[in-house]
Amino acid sequence: MQSNVKHTPLEYQTEHNQMSILGFWIFLAAEVVLFSTLFATYAVLFGRTANAPLPSELFGIEIVLIMTVLLLTSSFTCGIAIHQMRHGSNSGLITWLIITLVLGLGFLGFEIYEFIHYSHEGATLSSSAFWSSFYVLAGTHGLHVTLGIGWAILLIIQLYKKGITAVTSRKVFIISLYWHFLDVIWIFIFTSVYLIGMVI
Amino acid sequence: MSLDEFFVTGEPLIYAGMVAIVLVTSAIIFLLTYFKKWGWLWREWLTTVDHKKIGIMYILSALAMLFRGGADALMMRVQLAFPDLNFLNTQHYNEIFTTHGTVMIIFMAMPFLIGLMNIVVPLQIGARDFAFPYVNALSFWSFFFGALLFNISFVIGGSPDAGWTSYTPLAGAAMSPGPGQNFYLLGLQLSGIGTLATGINLMVTILKMRAPGMKLFQMPIFTWSTLVTSFIIIFAFPILTVALALMTIDRIFGSQFFTLTGEGLPMMWANLFWMWGHPEVYIVILPAFGIFSEVIATFAKKQLFGYKAMVWSMILIAALSFLVWVHHFFTMGAGAFVNSVFSVSTMLIAVPTGVKIFNWLGTLYKSKIQFTTPMLWALAFIPSFVIGGVTGVMLGMAAADYQFHNSYFLVAHFHYVLIAGTVFACFAGLEYWYPKMFNHKLNEKFGKLSFWLFVIGFHVTFFPQYFLGLDGMPRRIFDIGPEWFTLNFISTIGAFGMGLGFAVFVFNIYYSYRTSQRETTGDSWDGRTLEWATPTPVPHYNFATQPTIRGLDAFVEMKKHNESTFDESKLEPIHMPNNTGQPFIMMALLFMSSFALVFEWMTLAILFLVGVIVMMVVRSFDEDEGHHVEVEEIKTTERQLRGL
Ligand code: HEM
Ligand SMILES: [Cu+2]
Repeated sequence: MQSNVKHTPLEYQTEHNQMSILGFWIFLAAEVVLFSTLFATYAVLFGRTANAPLPSELFGIEIVLIMTVLLLTSSFTCGIAIHQMRHGSNSGLITWLIITLVLGLGFLGFEIYEFIHYSHEGATLSSSAFWSSFYVLAGTHGLHVTLGIGWAILLIIQLYKKGITAVTSRKVFIISLYWHFLDVIWIFIFTSVYLIGMVI
Repeated sequence: MSLDEFFVTGEPLIYAGMVAIVLVTSAIIFLLTYFKKWGWLWREWLTTVDHKKIGIMYILSALAMLFRGGADALMMRVQLAFPDLNFLNTQHYNEIFTTHGTVMIIFMAMPFLIGLMNIVVPLQIGARDFAFPYVNALSFWSFFFGALLFNISFVIGGSPDAGWTSYTPLAGAAMSPGPGQNFYLLGLQLSGIGTLATGINLMVTILKMRAPGMKLFQMPIFTWSTLVTSFIIIFAFPILTVALALMTIDRIFGSQFFTLTGEGLPMMWANLFWMWGHPEVYIVILPAFGIFSEVIATFAKKQLFGYKAMVWSMILIAALSFLVWVHHFFTMGAGAFVNSVFSVSTMLIAVPTGVKIFNWLGTLYKSKIQFTTPMLWALAFIPSFVIGGVTGVMLGMAAADYQFHNSYFLVAHFHYVLIAGTVFACFAGLEYWYPKMFNHKLNEKFGKLSFWLFVIGFHVTFFPQYFLGLDGMPRRIFDIGPEWFTLNFISTIGAFGMGLGFAVFVFNIYYSYRTSQRETTGDSWDGRTLEWATPTPVPHYNFATQPTIRGLDAFVEMKKHNESTFDESKLEPIHMPNNTGQPFIMMALLFMSSFALVFEWMTLAILFLVGVIVMMVVRSFDEDEGHHVEVEEIKTTERQLRGL
């Protein structure tokens, strides 16, 4: 940790920016509650598959593993993007953000493929309580990823036009928090939904 | 869909409602056009980001909702006054108790308190605005359009009728088809966005924008109650968001969370609802505690007794409020062990609450009480709320609750806490801060008249209901048995007393506007906290110079040292945000999208949602940096306001 006062990162230099970042942390706390509630419903409805297939019959490790690798890597590249920003390299920042986006899109692509596959096998949103909770939990995460991608595209345009300023650096920093957060949520989905669902 | 499916037909009371809506709307449009006030409305109100104006809009809307919820209540009381009356039929009665409960909690109590927080909190901590003024406007419009969406259901599509708790499977698509329940789900969802955003906004404002020197344990107690409340909002509202979303997906997209088919679990709704719902009752009571604490300290002319104990008890209540939700369904089969655990946690809440009661009494003890109207509300609150709390503890004993549950005893309990707590506090707070908002006090004579009518009416209405409950009268019935006649009749009389009290209150607003003396100093009550250090009307930047805080009751100190918030030697240009129409437009579009979703018109819903997204993109590219108020302008404004 560098604790050099002179090197306060750009995004923390104005009071307004500090408040925005704190506000976003608090928002993430609310998001934690939101996902906890979804995980809790999933846990409560676990096993209530009615006549639909069991998760262990459908969940396969390969694709989920690929998705996990994609998203984890994207979190890493997002970190590199912030590193580039701290070093003042706008082109580096934009490049790494785009790589992050592409990885995120890859994740989404596989997730949509998964969903289509499961529903062809007879597990849809409406086939049972268990599958409802599965789709809503994973889908909410996927929706967040989608929003994150749309948001990042807007930021890339702004970076392209304005470069790294107090405003754009704050926005990029905040979206990086969001992106890492989605990664953490995915790890929980990966372990407590997919891994457990495969063995039980 | 034909037109007579779209509009509610065949019900004379609702036709009357439609006529009233058309008349009032036309009158407003006519007046705005005749006096050429459209531009004024847009520039001064619809696009404002000023926390004081937003607060006033919150309170006006909440008063309108109090009127609507009150009209519902009076209709129910008329129907229950005599056995076998046919004033309302079953269906209409179901709709009315549903909308009454929802409107009062979500669209009256919370917005009223949030309105007061909007106006008062920045002033109490010496800040010039909220941390995020734009988001604050967004929050207001989300509440406003959410309330609008919920309220139009009674003329368009039909009202929800499954109770404000909307238990499944009753509220599910199979047993409540049609748009009614969708209005509930989407109206609450829409306004919930704003509540969560306000919670975050207030928390950052309080944590980051206090005047120099003000430590956390030197904040005025109302600000403390707001901070604790925003904490509860942030941790409770996402649960409601999920619960509402799941039921919406059940109803519109055919999932099976709360259904009887597909191994769904209707009981899970009750759990999710009350995991939000119990914290919610503390969201509406803690700010009320804060208001009473301010009022009592001011008119007892003393520092609040046991300030630290007051703060810690609020924090404890907030924590415990998340651990008691099962007490709302002891009878629904959780089992003896679970019931016992929640029974104990429920009764524990009474401990910090009792601490607060004794601290108020301690503040009053041996003080020279000044009997103003706000103080009267606070004094009436203490014993009335104790009755509500004690009966709450009775309900909290799981075994006994098998008798009390779903009876009028329960109805009496929550009205004793919600009215004697929250509603009294709203009146007290409005009257107390009224001169700060409108530059003149409310007339004391009419204020006291409305106070006595309302308080006596309240006890006459709800005290008999405890005994009706013990006599076995269940809640949510539309036709009473003859054995319950006398007490019901008394209760109805009391309800009209409360209605009269409210009418006098509203009349007093008009009367005082015409006759009250205008304020000259800004310190209307010899106040103790910073909001009274500003001149009235409060300039839009609030504080010309921020004072340095040295202790509790900052303004008392300042008065001692002859300091003011206008120190000419320290003036600097003040940065303020610009007005913007975006929040209004964004939420109007979200309203239309939600409206389409209520009727399951998917294409239209998506179309409007795209509009919302476009507005978000516009916001993202918006480079509005606000403006500066120059020193010269501050000087002239302050000199004029302070008569220097
Ligand atoms: C000492 C504190 C309190 C205790 C021990 C307590 C206990 C309870 C219990 C056990 C119930 C459920 C009874 C049943 O359904 O059979 C209940 C219902 C209720 N309480 Fe309280 N309560 C307390 C304070 C409050 C406060 C401060 C409020 C709101 C400002 C409140 C609002 C409500 C409401 C709205 C309901 C009923 C909701 C419904 O079923 O529609 N309570 N209370
Ligand atoms: Cu409760």
